[in-house]
Amino acid sequence: MSENNSQAPILEVTDLGIDFGGLTAVNDLNLNVYPNEIVGLIGPNGAGKTTVFNMLTKVYQPTRGTIKLLGQDTAKMTTIDVNKAGIARTFQNIRLFMNMSVLDNVLTGMHNDISYGNVSAIFRLPKYYQEEKEKTERAMELLKIFDLDQKADLIAGNLPYGEQRRLEIARALATQPKLLLLDEPAAGMNPQETEELMKTIRFVRDHFQIAVLLIEHDMKLVMGICERITVLNFGMMLMQGTPEEVRSNPDVIKAYLGE
Amino acid sequence: MKFIKALWNPKLRSRTISYLVVVAAYILLQAMMATGNLSRLFTSLLVPVTAYTVAAIGLNLNVGISGELNLGQAGFMSIGAFTAVVVSALLEGAGVGALLRLVICIAAGALMAAVMGWLISIPVLKLRGDYLAIVTLAFGQIIMSLLNNVYVGLDPKGLHFAFVTNTIQMEPGGKLLISGPMGATGVSTASTFTAGFLLILIALAVVYNLMYSRNGRAIMASRDNRIAAESVGIKVSQAKTLAFVTASCLAGAAGALYALNYSSFAATKFDFNNSILLLVYVVLGGLGNMTGTVIATALLVVLPEMLRFLQNYRMLIYAIVLIVIMLVSNNEYLRLKMQQLKTKLTRKKGAPANE
Ligand SMILES: Nc1ncnc2c1ncn2[C@@H]1O[C@H](COP(=O)(O)OP(=O)(O)OP(=O)(O)O)[C@@H](O)[C@H]1O
Ligand SMILES: [Mg+2]
Repeated sequence: MSENNSQAPILEVTDLGIDFGGLTAVNDLNLNVYPNEIVGLIGPNGAGKTTVFNMLTKVYQPTRGTIKLLGQDTAKMTTIDVNKAGIARTFQNIRLFMNMSVLDNVLTGMHNDISYGNVSAIFRLPKYYQEEKEKTERAMELLKIFDLDQKADLIAGNLPYGEQRRLEIARALATQPKLLLLDEPAAGMNPQETEELMKTIRFVRDHFQIAVLLIEHDMKLVMGICERITVLNFGMMLMQGTPEEVRSNPDVIKAYLGE
Repeated sequence: MKFIKALWNPKLRSRTISYLVVVAAYILLQAMMATGNLSRLFTSLLVPVTAYTVAAIGLNLNVGISGELNLGQAGFMSIGAFTAVVVSALLEGAGVGALLRLVICIAAGALMAAVMGWLISIPVLKLRGDYLAIVTLAFGQIIMSLLNNVYVGLDPKGLHFAFVTNTIQMEPGGKLLISGPMGATGVSTASTFTAGFLLILIALAVVYNLMYSRNGRAIMASRDNRIAAESVGIKVSQAKTLAFVTASCLAGAAGALYALNYSSFAATKFDFNNSILLLVYVVLGGLGNMTGTVIATALLVVLPEMLRFLQNYRMLIYAIVLIVIMLVSNNEYLRLKMQQLKTKLTRKKGAPANE
């Protein structure tokens, strides 16, 4: 928003690591994300990218290191707290509410932004109608961004793959995050859909003034929209830099791009 | 016309159908009774059917909407039932009329069962998987054993309780309300078919209003994908507790309605078999499908009575009928055909499908 954006990072990861039994899945990861940036997290299969997301959102408890969100240590936070504090995410293997409508998926994302209680709901007090109307309007705006507004009443599980991926992003945005984590958002999309998605991600970043951290195997997408990229290999950080730097780094080419 | 259209929009449609089915059945049965076309047997089944329907609607919220198996719904009915017996006797002593007595007893039964459901949910819903099913099963058994051994008496001095053996000494004018394995005795009946009908409508309204609200979405989201629900800030165990407690509450109300329909009944009326039967109604009616629950409950409560002429083979045939219905309703081919029929019908009526 303002010039001091580049000062205080939204996300500050220091020496982060996690072990699963004997296996060290991630080790010594240092990563900052600043407001309004789009940062890429890449690496070969099994490098530990998704595991990083799971630690950031407290699906897994890190074994070592610290995660600070807006200067606040998340050590004692749960998945729910982390979301309330401003991180929203999508999942590599899509996790929508498959039996609920497209609209309800997004409205569910507004759970903590709705204040009426069970009494207002069961007795259908004015507060219920007023808030539902407000939130439904906002949800429809979000769906429109992802070109899903025409499908609001369909069951999420019946959407084609690409639309499910987009709906998941819309649901994440409904929680009004400051940092959006996207785990392979373009997986399963055709080149044209991927192109659209890139535009949408940029639009979302500008429109909602949020930072985006994304995992992606599609190099065209990563190189096209990320301002900075972190490369993971076997759970270790291989390098960090601009798309140009990453593209020309021989280690990266060896570990990943040239495979 | 606009109003009718509004009732038919996707969010309200299932609700509208549910209400219509219940109201139509009520009108039809009232007409049959008025014209003397309903046998004594069927007339006597009206209140129990409404009671089971209310309990089954609650159970469907727990099993279908929240996705947690519950094998103790009849146990919660029994809490409502025995609460109602005691409250009813107290109110009668105070000279309260039948209708008000029924209303208060239903409220008391619902409240008691809800509190019980809440207490049980505290340790259980934090766990995952089938723990809830196992605990609800155990709860149903325990509550039945307890109620089978409870003695409650009422005399001018107030209520007296005893456990296992009846040691209650009462003043003259005292009355034994609950006498162990004999169950509740000397209940002044107050339930009516109309009351049961209204209670079904209330149960439907509560469940639908909850479903289409903030916490209802949280319940369904927690069922569909626990991790995703947490990722958008939903407390899954809280959502599941809400569904479970509401289900218990409705079972309690149903139990109270049931209790005040009989001058006496034993705790074994609400045994494990009844919990399973309620589950059968829910599964047959369709998980999450409230109209289906209403229809399945009504048919399956009446069915064994209609099979009475089979005498000893009655339950055998009943079981076979259940299995056949399950097989037919789960048949892929039939389902596909139904789906096709449904899309055909909605296409014709509504706007052209936008795809
Ligand atoms: N819960 C777990 N228990 C044990 N090992 C795990 C667990 N989660 C992840 N791992 C291991 O951690 C390593 C990193 O997995 P992760 O899913 O983070 O990789 P990734 O970089 O996302 O790969 P991909 O590109 O295939 O999605 C793998 O070896 C994986 O088997
Ligand atoms: Mg991954």
